[in-house]
Amino acid sequence: MAIIKLNVTSGATVPQGVVAKGGGKKLTDYKNTAAIIFLDKQDFKKLETYPGTAVEVRNAFGKVIVTAQLTPDGPHPGVAFMPRGPWANVIIDPDTKSSGCPMYKNTEVEIEPKPELSPLEMADLMKQEYIDKL
Amino acid sequence: MYITDKSGFTKETKGQRVVSDVTCPFCGSACDDIVCVVEKDPKTGNEHIKEVYNACKVGTANFLPCKGAERFTTPLWRESKKDDFEPITWDDALEKTADILLAAKHPLIFGWSETSVEAMRYGVRLTELVGGTIDGQVTHCHGPTVQAIQEVGYPTGTLGEVKNRADMIVYWGCNPLNAHARHLSRYSTYVSGFFRRHGRQERKLIVVDPRRTDTAKLADEYIQIELGSDYEIFQAMRALLNDAEVTKDPIGGVPLDTLKGLLETMKSASYGALFFGLGLTHSESKKNNVEAGIGLVQALNDHTKWQIMPLRGHYNVGGLNQVLSWLTGYAYAVNFTRGMPRYNIGEFTGVDMLARKEVDAMFNIAADPGAHIPQKAAMTMAEIPLICCDIHPTPTTELANLILPGTHDGIEAEASCYRMDGVPIHMRKVHDPPAGCKPANHVFLEELVKIVEKKLELPHVMQ
Ligand code: SF4
Repeated sequence: MAIIKLNVTSGATVPQGVVAKGGGKKLTDYKNTAAIIFLDKQDFKKLETYPGTAVEVRNAFGKVIVTAQLTPDGPHPGVAFMPRGPWANVIIDPDTKSSGCPMYKNTEVEIEPKPELSPLEMADLMKQEYIDKL
Repeated sequence: MYITDKSGFTKETKGQRVVSDVTCPFCGSACDDIVCVVEKDPKTGNEHIKEVYNACKVGTANFLPCKGAERFTTPLWRESKKDDFEPITWDDALEKTADILLAAKHPLIFGWSETSVEAMRYGVRLTELVGGTIDGQVTHCHGPTVQAIQEVGYPTGTLGEVKNRADMIVYWGCNPLNAHARHLSRYSTYVSGFFRRHGRQERKLIVVDPRRTDTAKLADEYIQIELGSDYEIFQAMRALLNDAEVTKDPIGGVPLDTLKGLLETMKSASYGALFFGLGLTHSESKKNNVEAGIGLVQALNDHTKWQIMPLRGHYNVGGLNQVLSWLTGYAYAVNFTRGMPRYNIGEFTGVDMLARKEVDAMFNIAADPGAHIPQKAAMTMAEIPLICCDIHPTPTTELANLILPGTHDGIEAEASCYRMDGVPIHMRKVHDPPAGCKPANHVFLEELVKIVEKKLELPHVMQ
């Protein structure tokens, strides 16, 4: 297994929207639909792993465990997609360059397979990332 | 499917009520043709929605929550964020909210996109009273679009005009099939219009995006561009339109000939509509991307009729811009520290203020910044007193000291909202909110404003 670098873009997906709008953000469904990174086939080859594996997505802003899945929107090698949510926010570049709007669509990250780990539930993630750091 | 021939009927049969022409309180499409079948629990007398017709999958989830979804029905309080929440009364909750906001030097009043215009009015008054800053999801969604429109204006129209007239639709940097699922079928592409009786057959659909999204898969023409190259491509197309020589090839990953072909197709339309999404506002150059896109559409109007419109995210995200504009003169990020409204992007925008730790208390309503703003800004929310009004648990409520149980405006209360094209819509009520919740969000906000006014010994001036 290898470590690769690519650019992450984030946005809405239907499954994540259904859970969020249905009030299920505290349910495991939210993790299953939003704690994901969609990668291109070629990037899976470079990563030397298979879809469904847990990976660590990291950069200077933070690191988070999510499940890597094969993108349905390929080919887009070098570009990864994360559904919007608290998992993606750990690595999104918060710099707005005085525009009020962070870089949700183009943040550089490093990805490493961590098959022994699994993504945290929403409440546990919020606790680990924020409340425990107080 | 229920066919709603009569506008706004409510029919009662066998203990069930059918409410038609309901507006979906989710995305900026604000579809107002939803039909709900409401059933009464014979034991408790409480009503709940049994069936929903016409809404998309995400819209339906609004009316029929997920199995196991928790609903707040009483205010919850915790002194320390490491403790568990304890239920408190509404009176105590509003008193605490007023005290926290008045004690703060620079409170942030944030959110609003998923509540009513009526509630927003009280939000502006509240911000004025406590000398804080009012902002909403617009700041991190189409804020750059608002800035671009302020700079260069925009040739736009309503979704009705698109439905009735457009024969060419371009979706640029957006994926409506996932974020605004009925946009294509109700307003832009598949729908039959007055001058476009044959719907899809009479319209050409073009999608420009770095990913081959679900929308792109339906398109007649899909153009894949490199991430963050929108500005360059728009400017190249404007140059080509002005007969300038463009020497670079390819541009943003697109061969020059493809761009020339796209331009010719766009010129051949009799009425074109370009919709753009967060692909433009969330990547490098932000408002400049939008300005360049507007510039292209303005230039196309020398040849034929084109309009441009942002795909606004939440059903009432445009409402905050409208309410703030008519009350303060500014569209978002309005600061009242000096007692009068001031507006400065970068200085008073919510995400920036949180990231710079300039906020010492926050009131969040009908928004989930805990899930939608980056870690640095969210950390400040964890550090300061946070009051959150929502209907279900969210990442933001996980960071809060005080949770106020919200009312689902637009379903549990009548409400007004502004659709993505700026058309105001009156939303019908479907059923009562659960016991413990207020009749509408603006009701508790009015009470809160009165409490704050009393503490400041000011008269109540709002009608
Ligand atoms: S497209 Fe938007 S407004 Fe229409 S039903 Fe779906 S979520 Fe609701």
